[in-house]
Formats: sequence, C-alpha cells, structure tokens
Amino acid sequence: MTAPAVTREPQEHRTGVEAVGAGLRDRLQQFLAFASLIVIFVFFSIASSSFLNYTNVTAILFSTVVIGLLALGTTFVIITGGIDLSIGTGMTLCAVMSGVLIVNSGVPVLIGVIGAVLFGGLIGLINGFNVAVLGIPPFIATLAMMLVAQGLALVISDSTPIYFNDAPSYISISTGHLFGVNFPNAVLVLAVAAVIAAVVLNKTVLGRYTYSIGSNEEATALSGINTRRWKMIIYTLAGLFTGLAGVMISARLASAQPGTGLGYELQAIAAVVIGGTSLAGGKGTIVGTIIGALIISVLNNGLQIMTIPQEWQNVILGIVILVAVYADMARKRAV
Amino acid sequence: MEDASPAARPADGERPLLLHVEGVGKSFPGVKALEDMHIDVRAGEVLALVGENGAGKSTLMKLLSGIYTVDEGRFFLNGEPYEPISPKHAQELGISIIHQEFNLMPDLTVAQNLFIGREPRGSRLFLNERRLNARAQELIERLHLPLQPKQLVGNLTVAKQQMVEIGKALSYDPKLLIMDEPTAALNDAEVEVLHGLIRRFIQPDTGVIYISHRMDELRRISDRITVIRDGRYVGTRETRETTMKEVISMMVGREISGEVKPVGVRQGREVVLEVSGLSTKELLKDVSFELRKGEILGFAGLMGAGRTEVARAVVGADKIDHGTIKLNGREIRVHTPADAARHRIGYLSEDRKRFGLLLEQEVNANIGLSALQERFQSYGWVKDKVMRATSKEYVGTLRIKTPSIAQTAKNLSGGNQQKVVIAKWLVKDCDVLIFDEPTRGIDVGAKEEIYRLLNELAQQGKSIIMISSELPEVLRMSHRIVVMSEGRVTGTLEADEATQESVMHYATLRPDENPEDAAELGLAEPAMSGAGTTEGRTEET
Repeated sequence: MTAPAVTREPQEHRTGVEAVGAGLRDRLQQFLAFASLIVIFVFFSIASSSFLNYTNVTAILFSTVVIGLLALGTTFVIITGGIDLSIGTGMTLCAVMSGVLIVNSGVPVLIGVIGAVLFGGLIGLINGFNVAVLGIPPFIATLAMMLVAQGLALVISDSTPIYFNDAPSYISISTGHLFGVNFPNAVLVLAVAAVIAAVVLNKTVLGRYTYSIGSNEEATALSGINTRRWKMIIYTLAGLFTGLAGVMISARLASAQPGTGLGYELQAIAAVVIGGTSLAGGKGTIVGTIIGALIISVLNNGLQIMTIPQEWQNVILGIVILVAVYADMARKRAV
Repeated sequence: MEDASPAARPADGERPLLLHVEGVGKSFPGVKALEDMHIDVRAGEVLALVGENGAGKSTLMKLLSGIYTVDEGRFFLNGEPYEPISPKHAQELGISIIHQEFNLMPDLTVAQNLFIGREPRGSRLFLNERRLNARAQELIERLHLPLQPKQLVGNLTVAKQQMVEIGKALSYDPKLLIMDEPTAALNDAEVEVLHGLIRRFIQPDTGVIYISHRMDELRRISDRITVIRDGRYVGTRETRETTMKEVISMMVGREISGEVKPVGVRQGREVVLEVSGLSTKELLKDVSFELRKGEILGFAGLMGAGRTEVARAVVGADKIDHGTIKLNGREIRVHTPADAARHRIGYLSEDRKRFGLLLEQEVNANIGLSALQERFQSYGWVKDKVMRATSKEYVGTLRIKTPSIAQTAKNLSGGNQQKVVIAKWLVKDCDVLIFDEPTRGIDVGAKEEIYRLLNELAQQGKSIIMISSELPEVLRMSHRIVVMSEGRVTGTLEADEATQESVMHYATLRPDENPEDAAELGLAEPAMSGAGTTEGRTEET
C-alpha cells in the first residue's frame, strides 16, 4: 500500500481538490439561482409599491402552481437526458378528461380528479413506451404526443370549454382556503407535490436510476438495470404530474379550456433549465426547479405590475433564460 | 535510479535541438501539474515520452499546443523562443499534435476533413470541390497514405481514420510531430504501417514525440526514451542501451516483479458456463467454449475477430441468432444485460467511460449501481447508509485510490476507475466476470494491481473470461486460451502449450478466405455443425 501511495500522491491531491470543488459547485448552483430570485424580488419591491404585500406574494405563488407542477415532472425526464414537449397540451387534455368525467358524466369529484391524474399517467406511459421501447427520440415522440393531445382535447370537448360551475368542491381544490386567510389550496398542492418529487428523486431507487440513466444510459443498462422499464416509469411519473397540473388549471379557471395549453411546456422547461438542471442529463434538483418556476412567475408578476406590455415580458423572460444558462456554463468552465 | 538533475542532457554542440523545454512549470488551483520540466528533442529523432497516467503528459501537450500557457520556464523551437497562443498558432509555428481522440467529422469525406477550415474556394462564396479533391490526392500521394479523397471518414477503419489525422497534421509541414498514444486501437500490421509513416516523416530537421504505453513499440520506433513522473522529469535513456524493465521502474519509481505465471491449475473443475454453437447475424459463427470454476479463460485474437461480440452476446447486449448458453448445467435465456446480471454474469467493457461508468456520478453511486435493487433498498427506498458502508468496504479491499466515496468517478485514474467497475460487479456477487481489455489505457503500475486482483478473484472461485489484445497479458494470466478469428473459435489452448507463436497461428487463420485454413478447422463443408466441434478441433492440433 505504501509504495504506490507515495508515487501517486500528486494525483490524489488533485482529485481531492476537485472533490471539494464539485461540492462547492453544487451549492453554488443552488445559491446562484436563489440569489437571482432574491435580486429580482428585491428589485420589484423597490421599483413598485404594489409588489411587496401579502395579496400579491400569494398571487405570485398561486400563479406558480401550474408551471411548477409541470416542471416537477419534467425535471425527472430532463435528468434522464430526455425532454417532454407534450406536457402543455397533455395538461389541457387531462383538464378536458376531468370535465368529461365530473361535469358530463357526473362522476364524484374525487374519482374525477384521480381519473384525470391517471389519464396523465397514461399519456406519460405512451411517451415512455415510444421512447424506451420503440426507441423514438424523446423530442420527436413527445412532439407527436403534443399534437395528438392538442387535437384530442378539441375532439373530446367538441371545441367548447367545459365549465365546473356545478362542482364547487372541484374549484375549491385550487382556490379554496384549507389553511389561513386567503392562502389558496393550490399552493399547498404544489408544495406537497414538490416534497414528494424531491423525496422520490433523492431517496428512492427510481431517483437513483433517473440520475444513472441520464449520466450514462448504456453503462446503466450493462450494469444489469432494465433501463427501458425505468424510463417508461419515469415518463409515466412526468405524466402523473401533467394530469395533476390539468386538474389544478381547470379548477383555477373553473373550466377546461380545450384550445389552450400550448406554450406551457416551454415555460416549464425554462423553469427546469433556470433551476440548473442540465439538458444533457445526469444533473438537476427539485429545489432548483422550484426556484426556476418562482423566478418566472415573479418576473411575470413584477413586469405586469410595472405595466410593461406582455410582448416585452416575453422578451425579458427570454433574455433571463439566456443569462441564467450562460452564467451556469461560465461558472462550470471557471471551476 | 533517478538522474540527479535534468542536466543529463547532451551538450548542445553536436546536433541542434529541435525542441528544448527549459524548467517549465504549470499549476492549477491547489495542484502542481508540472514542475521544472526538462525535455529535449533532437532534430531527426523519435523521442518516446513515457509516464504513468497523471504524470503530466497531457498537460505538457496542452502547453505545447497553446491551449494552456506556461507559469514558469520556457520552450525553444530550433533555438527560438516558442510561445504558442492557440493550437492553430502552434501549427503555424511548426508543431502539430495528434491527440488520442480524433477530431474528425465522420459524415465528411477524407478530402473535406484534411482541409477543413482552409478549403479552396471557387469564388468568394463557393467551394471548389474538384480542387479540394486534387489537393487531397496530392497530399495522400506525397505521404503514401492508404486513402482516397472521396471516401467517407465514418466508413473508414480506426487505423485509416488515424491516417487522416496524420495527413491533416503533416499537411501543415510541421517540424515537430507529437503523437499521443497513436497505436492504442491498432493491430500489429496497422502499427507497422504507422511506423513506416513516421520513419518517412523523420528528416534531418524534423522530429517526433511519441507517447505510448506499449513498451515493445517504443523499442522498435524510438531513438531515446524520456520518462516523467508526477509532473517532473525523471531521466532519459538511449533506447538501444536501456531495458524495458529499467524504463518501467523509472516510471513507477520502484522495481516491478517480472513475469508471473497463472496461479494454480484449474484442470478438471466443474464447468460453470457452457456456450455452444453461438452465432449472431453480424459476425459470430458457431462459437463454443467452456468456462470452469475458478478459471481465467483468456480470449485472444486480432481486432475484429469477434471477442467483444462473444461477450456482448453472452450478456444479452447483442442479439443471439443461434446457440445455447448453459450456466451450471442449466440452459439460460439472456435477452438483456439485466437477465445476465440476474444470473450473476457481469460484463466489464473495454470502453469503461462509455459502457462502464457513470462518470459524473460519485464512486458510491457507481459501486452500488448493479446491486441497488437487491441489496440497497426496501420498498423502493434507498438504504443509503448500508450502501455507503459497502462502498467504503470495497474501496478498502480493492485499494481504490480516492479521497472519499463521494468523489466523482471521472476524477479517478484509469486503474482506479477499472477497480470501481470491478467493485460494482463484486457487490452484485457475480460468479462469472467477463473482462474486456481489463488493462486498456491503464498505466503499468496499476496493471500489476489489476492482474493481482484477477488472480485473487479466480482463487476465490470466481470464473473469469479475460479478453485481451496484448498477447503477453493473455499468456501470463490465462489458465486456458480461446483464440478467435473472423467470428470463429479457431483454437483452444492450455496454458502450458500456449506460446506467442501458437496463439498467433490460430489468430491468423482465415477459414473464410483460405480453404487450407478451413480444412485445418474441419470446416470443409458449410459450417453450422453444432456444438462439440471445438473439442475435436483442439485435439487435432
């Protein structure tokens, strides 16, 4: 033991330093995203007197829910090195399914909700089958699913919105107040979902394999892991979050709007990316994703309060994504 | 054994120095990668540069190619200070470097690759493809390269792709050509072609720095050998006057025990794995062999003989067309590597980085990966503490050099990465381990450790298949040797009857082209005679 240890000392020294660097890097990652959130938040608090108050902050959290839920599920997919473009219109299709079940068929609200969430899981399962078993690239497979879901939502609903006015308990899933004053349930749903996602990602076999597949899919398969099956499970999980998002958005609007949904997937992916998850796979955290989603809604809210037109809000959001990702890359290069 | 000072250089009088590296140092945060480095390349010589992984070779390459800048010391090229600011600048100043990993565009032609970035233009905007091909042809003829301008690079063999890289490098008319492990993926015939090219390149005013781990090659191609270790200059020897043993001990800083014969005799032990009549659509034809308990079964053969393909078929990574696999006498069906792992058959790929490791993940995650589901979870929850404790235990027993199990796998040296992969399969408690080129890209000192580990595993009763392209390694380690050629098993040899010559004889049989070879293998009539033929074949010899 002693002889080789002596000859290789400098190398161990280097790897030691790099190990510390890696840990620091991860912490810095969270810090960077969190710091930008604070900076943006403080900026708007100073720039506008109507930004920092209980009602508005609650409104920000409330508006984070849908993008946040979609982003949670898609974080898993992106960590595997995949992408899911079907979550936006998939969410709408699930909302429509919820309407069909609860409003048109008169199913109890709870069953309807479960049905809609499971339907989201089915969409995800099909995505997973197409990606993992048929080997279609995730971009293409979920692009196709995006179109299918968009079309089906219109077909099933006959292109008309389904209103939940006769199911107040459904609406209260989003806008009701289980705790405290004016604190919408939707925020609680997101919080619970985020905790579940974080636990699954960090503490379970599924989470470990999510990172493994994203780091090196072939090596994972050759290690005796049934990567096809796990990828199907991961896409299904993303689908379940999509279904939940469908419930939350239709409860919030008190209606399922079949023509909407497109564009949400990109916002969700933006949230994941701002949160430091690598599109190359193998890296990412739930905390980062939630921070990313918050950054997007704080920006939207703040810019709105400052009466900056919607068109410019998009321009600014685009620039924020560029800056966030570039800062991440620059930092990685620097270390 | 170390030279007292690097001043053991020749007097500058007799021949001009092509490259003079004077006290060069380079530090990265917390690390001195190079310190007081001295290297001299004489005009007209091939200088072999050797050192273990991490000795500082790649840092030196990056300094010479202008990717890094030196902290201290200086370079002189033909007596002039040499200060490159980019790889392109380095090329203009007269130093071309061929890296181990190629920088080629597989979907472009040979000519397009050779002149990428400096294509002849027809007018301002448009390319002149005809002139491009003509210039490429000119270059190919001048250098005697076995290439054609319009071939697609992606369709070429590795050896020919390397020729494209060399052609590209030489088209700049460099004074100094640096080659980093140029033969790592070449067979002996291809190495000869490469060496011919190097000899033609050497002129009274040019030189080559040749980096390699293959000691036998250095003897054939180099004039002098410079050894570096831990970022420092160790010494230089005339190739003719030194022994490989001396060079190796300079590299590792200690004596290395010489030849070791396979440990113990495993004759007559029970058969663990029996493969009969294995065929695949692509390559394998009627491959049969037996693996006994506690045995190291070597697989020898030339590149493309089908050894890796046998391993991949046995573990279910490639589809089997015909044939059966029996484990402990019972036939098993293996469709995916997951099936193989369930039967305790582990495969350690020749390409660790691509097929073996999660490079960006912790050592801990890598070691626990295969056995995660059966040993480190309950109801889907990862038992982190148990997993960490197990990882630590294996880091200890396999002597994996890493500051902690939280270290990222890519930061380990090649030998230690290999040990991590071995640990992964030991944690899974595999009985059959298939090692594909277990020491590829691993430096000499670490190789010895891997050999010792393989012997220990065999003695513990593990059954090991060892695929290797290095004949000395196969001869030294194997209890029996299966030799393959063109997708067939052409011979099975016991350790005591195996010599370099006998293995090479079977490795070069070409039954598909040569009727005599086919007759020797009893393949006069169309193949597919089924299992059991291997036995007969071996006896005939």
